[in-house]
Amino acid sequence: MDILITGILLGGTYTLIAMGLNLQYGVARIMNLANGEMLVAGAFAAFWTYTAGQVSPILSILFVAPLAFLANWIIYRVILMPLIKRAKNQGQLEVDSILATFGMGFAFVGIMIATFGADYFSYDYLGDGVQIIGNTFALNRIVAFFAAVIICAILYAWLYWSRPGTAVRAVAVNPQAAGLVGINVRRVSALAFALGGSLTAVGGSLISTFLTLDASVGVLFTMKALIIVIMGGVGDVRGVIVAALILGLAETAVATLIDPGLTLAAAYFIFILVLLFRPQGLFGKPTS
Amino acid sequence: MKRRTALKLAAASLVAGSLAIGTAQAGDTVKIGAVAPKTGPLAGGSTVTHWPNIHLWVHEVNARGGLKLKDGRKKIELIEYDDQTNPGVHIKAAQRLATQDKVDFIVAPYGTGFNLASAPIYAKHGYPQIAVSAISDKIPELTKRYPGIFFTLGSTTSFASAVSDILSKMRADGKMGGRIAMVNVADAFGIELAETARPIFKKAGFEIVYDKSYPLGTQDLSPIMKGAKASKPDAFVAWSYPPDTFGLTKQAITQNLDVKAFYTAVATCFPAYGKVFGKSIEGNLGAGGVDPTTPAMKAYRKAHMEVTGKPADGWASANTYVSLQVLEQAIEGVGSVDRKAVTQYIKDNTFKTIMGDINFVDQVSHRFWTVGQWQGGEFYGVASKGMPNAKPVILKKGWK
Repeated sequence: MDILITGILLGGTYTLIAMGLNLQYGVARIMNLANGEMLVAGAFAAFWTYTAGQVSPILSILFVAPLAFLANWIIYRVILMPLIKRAKNQGQLEVDSILATFGMGFAFVGIMIATFGADYFSYDYLGDGVQIIGNTFALNRIVAFFAAVIICAILYAWLYWSRPGTAVRAVAVNPQAAGLVGINVRRVSALAFALGGSLTAVGGSLISTFLTLDASVGVLFTMKALIIVIMGGVGDVRGVIVAALILGLAETAVATLIDPGLTLAAAYFIFILVLLFRPQGLFGKPTS
Repeated sequence: MKRRTALKLAAASLVAGSLAIGTAQAGDTVKIGAVAPKTGPLAGGSTVTHWPNIHLWVHEVNARGGLKLKDGRKKIELIEYDDQTNPGVHIKAAQRLATQDKVDFIVAPYGTGFNLASAPIYAKHGYPQIAVSAISDKIPELTKRYPGIFFTLGSTTSFASAVSDILSKMRADGKMGGRIAMVNVADAFGIELAETARPIFKKAGFEIVYDKSYPLGTQDLSPIMKGAKASKPDAFVAWSYPPDTFGLTKQAITQNLDVKAFYTAVATCFPAYGKVFGKSIEGNLGAGGVDPTTPAMKAYRKAHMEVTGKPADGWASANTYVSLQVLEQAIEGVGSVDRKAVTQYIKDNTFKTIMGDINFVDQVSHRFWTVGQWQGGEFYGVASKGMPNAKPVILKKGWK
């Protein structure tokens, strides 16, 4: 029972890490390697407002989300648009965007170090234990988990029951065909990219309540997000949630039952299994 | 055509200008290089412990008018490179400092692995390497192989046995039982310490009831803390790195881990640690320590705050500054930038530093703090090699 709850809570954290990248890669077709840096930036914002102004990290989401949305919109329009215009096909865009965002990640790290310094940042927020069926869990992880649930629910509802959401899914499935039926593919892509960045930053704000971060730690999160997105199937919200929960449960089970030293090995083992037997991801559609 | 000529002229004057500056500097300054992480996994540690002390020292020496050499006072010109926490980048940067920038001295790297990896380069170019953030049991071999390397922060064994001694004393005083939960980060530092500590604890008669490692960058440490708690330990010992030092402490508070002694390694002495956890870490033990009550330390900590804008940590900050004081006094003692003579001078002399008199026996300084403890919002040294005035250890009494 303990493993189950801890695993699900960790899965919630992983969902926060990966959801944004899923939108960016699945819809906007940008393999954003600066994803982790955006997450750290969101965490920095929460840390800063909490230590300087005693603003709750949960409230700081209210301004982190629109700010990150705007920043990512600008990044897409200014930095990535030329690549998209130039790209002759999907493959070329992927290679170009990987290179561009890889470089962007370095720039972000530099900017964050220049503004905040390279120190570790950590604060104590809702660190108290809560009893659930005889076991103790940290309140901040539970809060982050429910925030993840709410975010996913809203995102899912928006994607499946609204017109712009449907357009986003259409672009995810087939950009060419979406264009043919009158969807402004570039605008929808920009929207998805900005939304993805915003989600990632919000995830960072929530995660900062229980993880100790520093300016250069982003790449760790990018790696995790990549695994989850590819495991779940590119461009599918359900896939991310399922993959994140599987990873969370597997890592917790291995750490508790076998050895904490094997958590990474377990995560990669599952990743390899998925790649071997379902290379398109759990919820992905086979590419023709 | 005209434009081209103008360009050529501009370029030529630029080159001439920079050459002129170059030659002027060669005579007037002592060039000192520094390579350490500004980005990457170790950047968080080096920006607390390493870089501020280099900046403080250079600032102070230059404020005094520079280093006193035979041909007059010379200011320090500092050249900094970021090694991105990557040994390959570090070695390239060190090579560049030696051959392109032609610096007179290089500040020893940050981190055990980096000090070991770059030792051959520093040895090849004859730079003295006064290592601070390097803890290893291979010191005797290294000092034999590299005549210019010095160690100031102790060995793995000295750290592990200091923890064991403290716990043994608490047990002998009847304050706690003999059950230890031990965890370590699966990285060179953590693995070496855990392997050294295991036989030491066993020899001291302790029972290691929980013994696990976790990968660097583990995002959820709660299974570890729960496992440790379930083993009902009297003491918890973690050979940890900064992110997990914070993470394990957070988990211990959440799980309300009931132990008489709680030890985490690197970063327990960081000012940020005290700031984040406040009163709940009263009685927490950690690697390092300092005696903040001596006048020299007080003055140093005040200057550190004023010049760099951040507080010094409770451990290697002071040792880093001491290593630079040693270098400074050796250069001034020799009166020139003759690296061979300076290295010999370090071996032969005793240096007056903020941590008292420091000298080297077989290239190793035997004065350093090994264990510190948070008491009343300050991190004090409670165990050491050769340092006076250690505070008595107190029991860990809950987290509230």
